Amino acid sequence: MPTVRFTDNIQRHVQCPTKDVEGADVRHVLDAYFRTNARARGYVLDDQGRLREHMSIFINGEQLRDRVRLSDAVPADGVLDVIQALSGG
Amino acid sequence: MAKTTTCHVATRKGLFTITRGASGWSVSRVSFLGDNCTLAVHDARSDSLLAALNHGHFGVKLHRSRDGGATWTEIGTPAYPPMPNGYVPKMTFSGKPIDWTLRLIWALAPGGDDHPNALWCGTMPGGLFKSDDNGESWTLNRPLWDDPLREQWNGGGAEYPGLHSICVNPHDSDDIVVGVSTGGAWTTRDGGTSWRIGGKGMRAEYMPPELQFEPNAQDAHLVVQCPGRPAALWVQHHNGIFRSTDRGASWSEIENVHPSAFGFAVAVHPRDPETAWFVPAVKDEKRYPANGRVVVNRTHDGGKTFQTLTQGLPQEHAYDLVYRHALDIDETGEALAFGSTTGSLWVSENSGESWQTVSSNLPPIHSVRFERA
Repeated sequence: MPTVRFTDNIQRHVQCPTKDVEGADVRHVLDAYFRTNARARGYVLDDQGRLREHMSIFINGEQLRDRVRLSDAVPADGVLDVIQALSGG
Repeated sequence: MAKTTTCHVATRKGLFTITRGASGWSVSRVSFLGDNCTLAVHDARSDSLLAALNHGHFGVKLHRSRDGGATWTEIGTPAYPPMPNGYVPKMTFSGKPIDWTLRLIWALAPGGDDHPNALWCGTMPGGLFKSDDNGESWTLNRPLWDDPLREQWNGGGAEYPGLHSICVNPHDSDDIVVGVSTGGAWTTRDGGTSWRIGGKGMRAEYMPPELQFEPNAQDAHLVVQCPGRPAALWVQHHNGIFRSTDRGASWSEIENVHPSAFGFAVAVHPRDPETAWFVPAVKDEKRYPANGRVVVNRTHDGGKTFQTLTQGLPQEHAYDLVYRHALDIDETGEALAFGSTTGSLWVSENSGESWQTVSSNLPPIHSVRFERA
């Protein structure tokens, strides 16, 4: 099962412990995670279910490509890192 | 009428509560320190506080306190419904689509004493939401959202249209006026089941000539209602000051206002619809107090004349801009407070004749709201 890890910065708002969840792409992995942590969904995805514009996700160290449908494949032993898209000074 | 002793100041770096002590007003509590608190209001019906936060990366959230701000609980956040398949959002002035996703909570209003669990919430982009369970869940008001004119709303200074004013008639909670930047003033008499655009008489001189009096193109910065005379409304508009005595159906422009008719904030006396306060600034492309002097303009005669109030306010090299929600008046009509983008906060207890500086060092101030009895 893929592993999902969250940035430390989200933890003071909503606890998001690292978990192994089912799913073959980013959408299904996140849906599985949010089924047991519904409040976290709104911190990562916007009203239309897209990745928030200042958030990013890496899959085994590679930045995801599809921020809208979240269709990037996730290997069974993959690691998803959900982070803030920090940029600039 | 009880004298106000508590006021909540939402800032770029937290929510500051100020209280009246023996020696005057001072900060008594800080909540959400470091976080962007964009609006905070007191709901007298349940003696609770509502605070809107914008976490940037993590989005907009709402919190509620039932103990005066000692502890907070995150409650429901308004969310736009899924966009219909194939729907292509209209572009704003700036060329950005009006996306169906929450960007800012810009207005919060209790839904009336006869609906004790009802709350209204105005948002950017241009949404009006209602909760019937004290903010645990929210529903987008579809009659307003689905009105074809809504798609013609534009961003004012922001990229997206924003619904910033919600005036609920204290004597009839189904009678509501909302203000939109830019989208003018809209009214309902049936609790939001149907809406009519008001705004006849508002003027936007920055628009092409044939659109200057178009009600839906008006950049209302803030609409306020006299609680004792709910048909009486004032608007601080991008283009000046306007007044309505017929629930917003028609408006009269107030002219010859010095040092300026431009500004964002307006407060109206709770019982006297002829008395209102404004914080003027050099007009739109500059946005700072005229001559570096912070002043408050007050009228007692419906805008025929104004007194420019200065006692206790900085009168040289002061460049404080006051946002639309950052001026408030209490229920007595005697206490006023306003805060600025440069973190200055002033309170008056004599209808603006003189002002006490509470702080000159707060973070940029978004909103100032007294507690209600």
